[in-house]
Amino acid sequence: MTNFVILPILIPLLTGIILLFFPKKVTFQKVLSFIASVLLVIVSVMLVFQVHNNGIQTLELGGWQPPFGIVLVADMLAILLVSTTSIVSLAVLLYSFYSIDAEREKYYYYPFFQFLITGVVGAFLTGDIFNLFVFFEVMLIASYILIVHGGTKVQLRESFKYVLVNVISSALFVAGVAYLYAVAGTLNMAHLSERIGSLETQAPILTVIAVLFLIVFGLKGALFPLYFWLPASYAAPPSAIAAIFGALLTKVGIYSIFRTYSVVFVHDTGYTHQILAVLAALTMIFGVVGAVAHQDVKKILVYNVIVAVGFVLFGVSTLTEEGFMGAIFYLMHDMVIKGALFLLIGAMVVVAGTSHLKDMGGLIKHHAQLGWMFFTAVMALVGIPPLSGFIGKLLLVQGGVSAGQYWIVAAMMVSSLLVLYSMIRIFLNGFYGKIQLEHANQYGSTKGLLLPSAILIAVSAGIGLGAEMLYPFVATAAETLLHPEIYIDAVLKE
Amino acid sequence: MKSNDVILQTATKFVLFIILAFSVYMFFNGHHEPGGGFIGGLMTASALVLLLLAYDIEMVRNILPVDFKLVTAAGLLTAVGTGLGSFLFGVPFLSQTFDYFTFPVLGELELATALLFDVGVYLVVIGVTLTIIQTIGEDQ
Repeated sequence: MTNFVILPILIPLLTGIILLFFPKKVTFQKVLSFIASVLLVIVSVMLVFQVHNNGIQTLELGGWQPPFGIVLVADMLAILLVSTTSIVSLAVLLYSFYSIDAEREKYYYYPFFQFLITGVVGAFLTGDIFNLFVFFEVMLIASYILIVHGGTKVQLRESFKYVLVNVISSALFVAGVAYLYAVAGTLNMAHLSERIGSLETQAPILTVIAVLFLIVFGLKGALFPLYFWLPASYAAPPSAIAAIFGALLTKVGIYSIFRTYSVVFVHDTGYTHQILAVLAALTMIFGVVGAVAHQDVKKILVYNVIVAVGFVLFGVSTLTEEGFMGAIFYLMHDMVIKGALFLLIGAMVVVAGTSHLKDMGGLIKHHAQLGWMFFTAVMALVGIPPLSGFIGKLLLVQGGVSAGQYWIVAAMMVSSLLVLYSMIRIFLNGFYGKIQLEHANQYGSTKGLLLPSAILIAVSAGIGLGAEMLYPFVATAAETLLHPEIYIDAVLKE
Repeated sequence: MKSNDVILQTATKFVLFIILAFSVYMFFNGHHEPGGGFIGGLMTASALVLLLLAYDIEMVRNILPVDFKLVTAAGLLTAVGTGLGSFLFGVPFLSQTFDYFTFPVLGELELATALLFDVGVYLVVIGVTLTIIQTIGEDQ
């Protein structure tokens, strides 16, 4: 079918629009958005196999050939991330059914959830850099609304900062696109990649533009020293929304760095990728310092989001096949497991009635399932072999060693250890220790809250155990990134 | 003190239709001259804002008993719907076509499917603008 590639964008968009007509019919909203999310999972997994069998799929919107029209490109990296997004969004949607209060549900929660997914999926699939900006804005505007949705005092305060930072970074994004258009005269990524190869004399200005894009995507994706806005604003909204933010939003920024730094800006890798490597290392270190320092469970987890950004971008900066594969594995793993952890922490806060570690304790007595699921998720996050974090980290280490970045590999190992410390501290203090709960449902119940995280942990275990099966897919994705010619040929059809 | 807005209200009755006519003209002209769905929608919205200034929210609600949030949604559905048509014809999403038709009074005219997309934009702009203004304007 001609239009297959656009279906992952169209399904959530159309669902969101239809839901706008019936804001008060909450049951209808739940049923329709559930059907749409399941459909999205099916369609995107089908696309994975289509890309695997028939190579990169493209769709020229309106029948205009690239570079003149907008083209949607489903290469392996994009479509793997779209599938992961669809699974995470399904789990978070299920969690929302039980955790979002009726008042919020009646005021367009589900439509904006769907629009957020539209933006994320669109950003993954587009092959045009200005279209990427537009999908970023679709995603961000939906996220502005979701972060303030409900209007509690802390949400209002944090959303103000969040909007301010993102408006500034979006303006920088437009400026970067304008510079790039002035130098290269095109906005299609494949065409850009080809043009930049022939613009040797313009190399210094292209390097400047590359760094400008790094700043923009670093602001969106929380790279050191541009992550300052993230911890407070991700801790503010309800845990379902925080989960979707932590699992998806920063990853779109990382994906954009991934894409631009492997397809477009490859003219002066000695400089640009060295900057990326150093910033990635500092991101790991500063993220983990935050995770160790905090006593609030939400804050600890939010700082772990920043650590993962560092890991993935280090893989990108190595420019080796192992590094790329490690980054892709780790990116997929991190989307799933961060989703699971945010949902579990959300459930923990519900049953403990507080998010402060000092006021929790002994949760395992009444909530054993929750406790052991949290423990499994932590093991997966850190990368204990049968679970999903291991293979990504192993490949990242291999890539780092073969690129000769020994110090950064060392920093990575140390911060992994500290990630383990920061998370296991939640387990030991929150689930063991002095029992603070007298009855099972003293503050709230976990009804319906455990199944979504169980799905995500199962997917994580699947990624870990089925790494052998997943390997050819990831290898294809890494190969496309390592050899931009494949991407260019598929898009421009030369 | 009861204020008397008779001059403003009488002027509005005349000016309103001029603005509405101009906005529709702008809307249909978008393909060949400056104009289009966005500016046309903003002008229609501004005509309704003038009505809001001269009268009050209740009055405008009586004249136009629609929920502007639904207007936005209908506009979005129209715009996406023009893209969905491409599924029926087996062409890439958002493909467009045009043809020439002869009408009884107007003579030969070019009709393009891009106009349908613009109808969507027009409705979204009106809906969003008036939703914002009415929401801010209403008393708690």
